[in-house]
Amino acid sequence: MSNRLSLGQAFTFLLRRDLLLAFRNRAEYAMPLLFFVLVITMFPLALGASPELLARIAPGIIWVAALLAAMLSLDSIFRSDFDDGSLEQILLSAHPVAILVLAKVCAHWLVTGLPLLIVAPLLAEMLGMSTEAQPTLLLTILIGTPILSLIGAIGVALTVGLRKGGIILSLLVLPLYVPVLIFAASAIENAATGFEVSAQIYMLLAFLLLSVSLSPWATAAALRMSAS
Amino acid sequence: MSTSTLLETRDLGCIRNDRQLFEHLEFALEAGEMLVVEGPNGCGKTSLLRILTGLRLADSGDVLWRGEPIDRLAGDYYEQVNYVGHHDGIKHELSCLENLRLARAMGIPSQRDLDDVLEQVNLYAYGESEVGSLSAGQKRRLALARLLATDSLLWILDEPFTSLDRASMEMFAVLFEQHLQREGVIVVTSHHDITLPTLAVQRLNMGQPT
Repeated sequence: MSNRLSLGQAFTFLLRRDLLLAFRNRAEYAMPLLFFVLVITMFPLALGASPELLARIAPGIIWVAALLAAMLSLDSIFRSDFDDGSLEQILLSAHPVAILVLAKVCAHWLVTGLPLLIVAPLLAEMLGMSTEAQPTLLLTILIGTPILSLIGAIGVALTVGLRKGGIILSLLVLPLYVPVLIFAASAIENAATGFEVSAQIYMLLAFLLLSVSLSPWATAAALRMSAS
Repeated sequence: MSTSTLLETRDLGCIRNDRQLFEHLEFALEAGEMLVVEGPNGCGKTSLLRILTGLRLADSGDVLWRGEPIDRLAGDYYEQVNYVGHHDGIKHELSCLENLRLARAMGIPSQRDLDDVLEQVNLYAYGESEVGSLSAGQKRRLALARLLATDSLLWILDEPFTSLDRASMEMFAVLFEQHLQREGVIVVTSHHDITLPTLAVQRLNMGQPT
């Protein structure tokens, strides 16, 4: 009876739309990346000439900066759609909202998470991180940043209807980010000292699977609440 | 209940900010009928429309589509609904055509060519222009063009004529008429007089806010 698009087509369509929107608003989306780079560049200047210290705290610096950069970009997942009414149209779509939400989160990660992955080796080198630890750093960023986007989406969906949701958003989301931070930083530290890292990586992968499978549904439900 | 009843409410009630906006609200719309919701500001017209779309939950009562509660139908109901609310729901950074393509991807695409749709709402020349550069009335026309770009039986329109000029209002009145002739259903709130030659117009007066 209906010639509506398949779910996969609708998914890619929304993903492409969000990437196109991000491209047309690129100044806004460059902010988190710029923040990430700037914060990390400040540390060597502030800590003075002590390469051993820098190399030792590098995993922590990079991950804390990544976390804050992700927080900075979260609001953009749903904010403009909420303000101009596009969100209502998405909620009234014939397709399952959770899948459409996943498309938007994917677009968000491609725009804000992936760039971090690309500049991270450069920054790691700058902080003097050992070459053995760098592959692990990239791996944790690759697995960890999608988790940040997925968890953050729930928080944004809950707070997008509030006029000053920014503070509540950080209070909601940061505690959920802490496990990712702990396991990622500990993996890199182990790698730097030559220990096994698979336990931490598996743990991060488990977080990722858990958030991919649960977060879109929670986000969709929260969006319905915010929109009503 | 007659077999052709599409949209129906039973004992619908809505509370907002601890105030009962309306209760025991009942109506039934058959294919080809239009409901005009009237009433002063703040009497709950928008809330009623949002309840009918399923965006908002009713505080009491049910909304039925072909005799089934809409919250049970979910996606099967949403593909029949086309809602144009206070916000246009269009992206200012995208062109007119890109916006309509998105609307199609989210619902059931109609047979019409998108250029024809734009032609019909007098936006043909703006197909590739960014929506941000259009006037308020043109944006409204684009939002209403979604109705033509997708195939849905039920149109729910909240003040569709805001910032439209007289000629555009008459043009959309004709489109409404055509939709009703195709056995569609329209629920609309408007402070403008909608003059349709059709007889199948029900009026619902929501009365004074208390």
